[in-house]
Amino acid sequence: MSGIDAHLPALQVVVPMLTAGFVVLLKQRGLAWAAASAASAMAFAIAVQLTMTAMGGEPITYEMGNWPAPYGIVLHIDSFSAVLMLIITGASTLSLLGGHASLDSQIALERQPYYYAAWLLAVAGLCGICITGDAFNIFVFMEISSLASYVLIAGGPDRRALPAVFKYLIMGSIGATFYLIGVGLIYLMTGTLNLADMELRIANVDDLRPIYLAAGFITVGLALKAAIFPLHVWLPNAYTWAPHVTTAFMAACATKVMLYILFRFDYLVFQGNLDGHAIQFTGYLLPLSLVAILVGSVIAMLQNNVKSVFAYSSVAQIGYIVLGASLITAAGLTAGVLHIFNHALAKGALFLAIAVIAMACRSMTLEHIGGIAKQMPVTFIGFVIAGLSLIGVPGTAGFISKWYLITASLELGNTGVLIIAIILISSLMAVYYVWRIVEVAAFGERDPSAPDVEISKPLIIALWIAVIANLYFGFVPQLPVTLATETSAILLEVTP
Amino acid sequence: MDILGLFNYWVFAILLMIGFYAVLAKKNLVKKLIGLALFQSAVFLLYITVGKVEGGTAPIFSATAEGDLFSNPLPQVLILTAIVVGISVTALGLGIVVRIKEEYGSIEEDEILEMDQQ
Repeated sequence: MSGIDAHLPALQVVVPMLTAGFVVLLKQRGLAWAAASAASAMAFAIAVQLTMTAMGGEPITYEMGNWPAPYGIVLHIDSFSAVLMLIITGASTLSLLGGHASLDSQIALERQPYYYAAWLLAVAGLCGICITGDAFNIFVFMEISSLASYVLIAGGPDRRALPAVFKYLIMGSIGATFYLIGVGLIYLMTGTLNLADMELRIANVDDLRPIYLAAGFITVGLALKAAIFPLHVWLPNAYTWAPHVTTAFMAACATKVMLYILFRFDYLVFQGNLDGHAIQFTGYLLPLSLVAILVGSVIAMLQNNVKSVFAYSSVAQIGYIVLGASLITAAGLTAGVLHIFNHALAKGALFLAIAVIAMACRSMTLEHIGGIAKQMPVTFIGFVIAGLSLIGVPGTAGFISKWYLITASLELGNTGVLIIAIILISSLMAVYYVWRIVEVAAFGERDPSAPDVEISKPLIIALWIAVIANLYFGFVPQLPVTLATETSAILLEVTP
Repeated sequence: MDILGLFNYWVFAILLMIGFYAVLAKKNLVKKLIGLALFQSAVFLLYITVGKVEGGTAPIFSATAEGDLFSNPLPQVLILTAIVVGISVTALGLGIVVRIKEEYGSIEEDEILEMDQQ
């Protein structure tokens, strides 16, 4: 790589972050939207370029300001970061390009430049987490992205978003502070903040007690941020009452980035250095993820608001990802990482469809969306396909990751059978909660007092791009499978 | 056990717990935020304590100060950043509380929950 190419890792964060400051100054809504979309699209292009470089080869390292590691901050991009960066920038670009009509109906025009600025900061923060190799840097980016996402969620017209976002702020800050305590304890014992260096130096620490404590603080703190059951209570309300476009973006990537740090820390820093870490990791996370899958799906079946249904379904889907990772096998990790990618596709498409439908309904409760299929058949078909992908029907992306998950469980013998049973039951529950919505939308009575609006074409195009991605990666899963396999090799520290 | 020698660490733990208790137990949203701020401040103390070298001075290089023992400046730099983060969280939190007061007319958690359930 030469010229500007060499600086792409830094530009991945710098482009959205600098544009955010610029967007605030643009008083006109249209200009702010164009600038934000352009920055997001550029971030996506950079992510694609970085993915192509990192995939199958050596990880990219970039020394900020030419300070060598471990003294300076090192950016580190491998296949795992690439998966996340693709999701973040892809979801952001699609929602931004398609979402302006939906946003116009929910956020006052003069406040939109601030909204777009917060959006870009969230993108910069989330990308920053994925590319940096420095533990404290991760904390800073985590807080940048969290603060920005509080603003994105609270920006909507529904007042119920406010208590929801307050709860998210409290729990998110506690999670981040736990993480900070953990990093502090590791720094106390090793004197380094560089993740790769940390791993080597912990091996030479005599008294491991602070490190065990740090492992506990970091795992619990990040589990809080990633909404791993039972620390998920902030998620459903925040997703339900946020502006629809925010939900489409956040549901696709926000919690998954936290899982990314969690896996990075637990697999690379702690796994090789702490006795019994594997047993503890599996012992806590495997049962919790199974409970998450069941409880999340059951509550999703009982919800009356379409957005709540899929918010609780997210709790269950995070369970799938954690389930795969908690097995600590190559197959399990591959399945977990694959599900990060495929769930982002399915949920992103679903919430984009909801954003379209919501424009023609008074609310997203079941009684208000009746008969919507006749009014907007194209959107409805997209919604159904995304729903099938969420359930895991063959031919969609969701099937691929569930298949890998089941294959990984089979390696476990009897326990595996139990896990597979739970996966199947939960998939049936997903059939039920998706069908309930489809039934009402297709055969219900149309709400006579519904607002009569023209459906936004860009939003439908964005939705269909996401839907086609679901189908494409269902038939041609090479890209995510390769990335996920490489990730599991990196995390388990074996050469592929 | 050298309790006095670990004085700062004890204060860290106690402050952390007081803050955490306030966040969990208080129903008033502003009091929750005060607890959160205390909770975060406790961590600042942990980092600053880690960086202190006994008998060390400020890490400023000068020709006369050769062979001097310096405290580690890095935790202080980190905490400077963390303080900024903490302030931003508190400010944003208070901003949300103001909006909640405007919309609900109350900043008591249970009253807001009740209004939402209606």
